[in-house]
Amino acid sequence: MEMLSGAEMVIRSLQDQGVERIYGYPGGSVLDIYDALFQQSSIEHVLVRHEQAAVHMADGYSRATGEVGTVLVTSGPGATNCITGIATAYMDSIPMVLISGQVPTTMIGEDAFQETDMIGVSRPVVKHSFLCKNVEDLPTIIKKAYYIASTGRPGPVVVDIPKDIMNPALKFPYEYPTSVSLRSYNPTQQGHKKQIRKALKTLIEAKRPIIYAGGGAVWNDTPALIKQLATHIGCPVTNTLMGLGVFPGTDEQFVGMLGMHGTLEANKSMHFSDVIFAIGVRFDDRTTNNLEKYCPNSTIIHIDIDPTSISKTVNADIPIVGYAHNVLTAMLEMINDENLQNNKADIETWWKQINEWRDKKCLGYETSEESLKPQQVVEAMYKATNGDAYVCSDVGQHQMFAALYYPFDKPGRWINSGGLGTMGFGLPAAMGVQMEFPDSTVVCITGDGSIQMNIQELSTCLQYDLPIKIIILNNHALGMVKQWQDMVYKGRHSHSYWDSVPDFVKLAEAYGHVGIKVDKPAELEGALERCFSLKDKLVVMDIAVDELEHVYPMLVKYGAMNEMYLSKTERT
Amino acid sequence: MSRTVISLIIENESGATSRIVGLFSQRGYNIESLTVAATQDSSLSRMTLVTRGEPRVIEQIMKQLNKLINVLRVSELTASDYIEQEISLVKVACIGSKRDEVCRLVDIFNAKIIDATPKMYTVRLFGDGNKLDAFVKQVEQTSEIIEVVRSGVIGISRGEKALRA
Ligand SMILES: Cc1ncc(C[n+]2csc(CCOP(=O)(O)OP(=O)(O)O)c2C)c(N)n1
Ligand SMILES: [Mg+2]
Repeated sequence: MEMLSGAEMVIRSLQDQGVERIYGYPGGSVLDIYDALFQQSSIEHVLVRHEQAAVHMADGYSRATGEVGTVLVTSGPGATNCITGIATAYMDSIPMVLISGQVPTTMIGEDAFQETDMIGVSRPVVKHSFLCKNVEDLPTIIKKAYYIASTGRPGPVVVDIPKDIMNPALKFPYEYPTSVSLRSYNPTQQGHKKQIRKALKTLIEAKRPIIYAGGGAVWNDTPALIKQLATHIGCPVTNTLMGLGVFPGTDEQFVGMLGMHGTLEANKSMHFSDVIFAIGVRFDDRTTNNLEKYCPNSTIIHIDIDPTSISKTVNADIPIVGYAHNVLTAMLEMINDENLQNNKADIETWWKQINEWRDKKCLGYETSEESLKPQQVVEAMYKATNGDAYVCSDVGQHQMFAALYYPFDKPGRWINSGGLGTMGFGLPAAMGVQMEFPDSTVVCITGDGSIQMNIQELSTCLQYDLPIKIIILNNHALGMVKQWQDMVYKGRHSHSYWDSVPDFVKLAEAYGHVGIKVDKPAELEGALERCFSLKDKLVVMDIAVDELEHVYPMLVKYGAMNEMYLSKTERT
Repeated sequence: MSRTVISLIIENESGATSRIVGLFSQRGYNIESLTVAATQDSSLSRMTLVTRGEPRVIEQIMKQLNKLINVLRVSELTASDYIEQEISLVKVACIGSKRDEVCRLVDIFNAKIIDATPKMYTVRLFGDGNKLDAFVKQVEQTSEIIEVVRSGVIGISRGEKALRA
């Protein structure tokens, strides 16, 4: 058998796992791994400027491809800098393996230089973690880490490796396992047949059904299966913020995103439905509003791979645990085999009602000659990219404007931190995507606040030639915070605006990129055209938008799903 | 909020217990007692955990425990017939006539004096929580209690039913 040191084993295991790229930042405890990395060529290492960005890069790559991203960092500050990124991935169920160095086993617990209990610090935000105490265990632990990260409900896995385990002088026999099994981990894959039948019967008999799909419906062929089911039933479909693109955004049956800033037609359709067919969602508080008033007449069918997501906040009448694509495949087979048809007259009446809500045009807004509306910028961006870009967002008003005004027709195109809402996610996530798809248009839509949370990565972008298009909706404010202060705190703008926003054009130039400033509505289209024509350049677009604009619709606090503000002066 | 006794089989490794305890604090569930020790298979530990919550919370606790990678089996003992036991060690200060009174209580409660000095007894007592409470209450009427140590509950289901890895 081949003899390798621990450090070499880490790299060989990653190679044998099929990893082609890792994102990281070196330091004392991982120097042996970096040395092993230096002496091979099949794995590319991407050097970021801050470890948080390495994690978001791996995350962005994963969201666009469905694959597991890999991160390598040093102990102590290197590891703790990753926590926000790991938590971001955890909240959105993104598969990831993060390898962190640790002080030597003999020094653990002694408050050694750059020692932090990474297993302890990361525990609440990982799917699982391993502390490797024997060199011989390394290949199996790494195999298990990828297996756990990518199966069941995906999530981040931390592998913490003490420095002495990687000692280049000590060689051990190496073999990478072809498969692993864990006696205590065995996700249910197939849904329960009886439950599936019951769910299907309920859906077929529904008069006012709606399909509600989220982040758990993005992968495998789930989107195509949902499309088939929706076409057969003829019902409306809504997606969560995490699920945008699962159902084509431009499809007639799509009623838009639901939830806090969901469309009037999506939220009302949920509220007045008689059957909610939920797929890969978790009834998060941003999508339910007041639980006591939640969809009073709806029977809830809930398909999810994670039993803890079922009946956690909203009680599921018909729960089905299993992979969504397996459950949907079984359902479509039953529909075909038994030629099941629902009552199309009921569905027609349902659409009549929905179309009345649609006619309210809840996404309407007024433009002016003087200042640009953020909605207008997103719409122009949609046009300029033919609706086919990867759009990676930061967190704030700009995120909601992008989610509402850029319809996504494909899954894996809208990349944002939905669960944790991490400002600073957008740029590094876009880097992960652009690196994987060098010829695709990758946009980072961001705010003047968020972009400054990982702005240092403009330097990484130069090093790796990443021609991302960064669109800053500059409102000189923490806009979303300000909106809440307007609506809930009588306009007391406590620490939500500033006069010291940097000159983003100069900043882009300082990092070796192109910066374009847009102040007036008339300049917008031309500027965007120029931006997207600079194919191999990173461009920062600093676009001044109306500082007073709010995101609407917005659910009324403590209200039901059908209670919304539609503008500063209207509510349902 | 009903009292629930949960029995678990978990991997006998360093992080496993902290993941379970962490889960409880992280999600705001309470732990009334927790006992853990290795089983006849030294790679596994058996844990008995007592908690309290609404049925919906208990359901989440069971699911969340099941979801932990280090947890092999989870069973709600209180969902059917089961036996629970606890040990307590009680150090009582007693001299003179008090010694007889404590001895009488020890007899009544089927306990045992396992250590003694001229000024105190250490009493060992098996039973369920109510019995242990009652003993302490009675002793307190006559003597000063110096120390009480309770093992926390261990439990097992009645009859043929068993929790196996
Ligand atoms: C790391 C982090 N800190 C704080 C917040 C709270 N927060 C949510 S939106 C927001 C304002 C974002 O400002 P900006 O990026 O300029 O976007 P805008 O809302 O103005 O479009 C803040 C502070 C957060 N989501 N993430
Ligand atoms: Mg802003």
